[in-house]
Amino acid sequence: MSQKVRLRIFWICAAGFACIYFLVAKNLPPWGHYRGPYGDVISSLSVYERHATDVVNAIDYDYRGFDTLAEEFILFTSVLGVMMLLRPPERKATPSATAEESMSPAVQLAALPCFAILILFGLYMSTHGQLTPGGGFQGGVIIASAPMLVYVAEHFRAFKRITSHPLVEGLEAAGAAGYAVIGVTAFAAGVPFLTNWVPLGVTGKVFSSGTIAAISACVGLEVATAFLLLSYTYLAEIIADAGKTK
Amino acid sequence: MNSVIHTFPYLVAGWVFLCGLYGIVTSRHLVHMVVSMAVLQTSTYILLLNIGFRQSGAAPVFADLPPSTRIVDPIVQALMLTDIVVEATVVALVLAFVVKAHENAGTLSPDDLRMMRG
Repeated sequence: MSQKVRLRIFWICAAGFACIYFLVAKNLPPWGHYRGPYGDVISSLSVYERHATDVVNAIDYDYRGFDTLAEEFILFTSVLGVMMLLRPPERKATPSATAEESMSPAVQLAALPCFAILILFGLYMSTHGQLTPGGGFQGGVIIASAPMLVYVAEHFRAFKRITSHPLVEGLEAAGAAGYAVIGVTAFAAGVPFLTNWVPLGVTGKVFSSGTIAAISACVGLEVATAFLLLSYTYLAEIIADAGKTK
Repeated sequence: MNSVIHTFPYLVAGWVFLCGLYGIVTSRHLVHMVVSMAVLQTSTYILLLNIGFRQSGAAPVFADLPPSTRIVDPIVQALMLTDIVVEATVVALVLAFVVKAHENAGTLSPDDLRMMRG
């Protein structure tokens, strides 16, 4: 099929879609006038039922915790897929000269406090998800961005020492499994899978809302290590390629 | 005029969707195609967040709000939250496929990839 024919088919389909979509959008509830009962019901219940002040996280890690478990496994499998695709064993031992050069001392000095702040902020985010905006997904990404500073300020070998550690892979599996294990512990208490059976604590305290806080921390671990492994795998690929062309 | 304002945010989502689809259809480069796919996915965020929006509604966090405050819909926000992170890793997986396709076929144009043997 030539580009021209393909474009013609696209314009016909796009025109059809635009007509139907316009009719649908016209008949949706007017923008800014949310009607659905579910959002209001769940937000009025979550503080009393779960002692979690951040309703979004109460939904993610409790009310629809089973869906989030599946989504976390999507994340786990895609990282697994990237690592299987991009890591042929024969190419591992070809570091180029650029992998050794580090930046000026000024950059290194500036990167050090940023590194500490990013790690702290990421930990704060992952552990306070049940109280304020944040949670495991956001905190994990923030923690994973900290070692990138090491790569920017130092060199690839320093970055590799952090991220290619077998511990990172173990922690990733532990994060993914931890979520499921927390769900299974509900059986021991005699309630269904992923029920929030832990004592809920005082609303507004860090150790409150039962399994929501624990699952949030597990997801934070999983996301942080997943992004570390992704960035390491891609950087190793780029640096191996740079070494090949030299 | 009022009905235009009430429909326009939904139409933005449809426009972004069509932009992403146009990018995929006319793509001559696999990386360009992956980015178009990400743009297409963004349209779902815009649509769902618009549906859950409520005028003068607060964010669904009751840490410093009285329990009776009018808030925007937290359910669609919870859906977006997980999806954004998962989408980033799925894009990474698709890009890994692109790297492998380039290694095996020596080209990144979807038109030339049809010559590839199994």
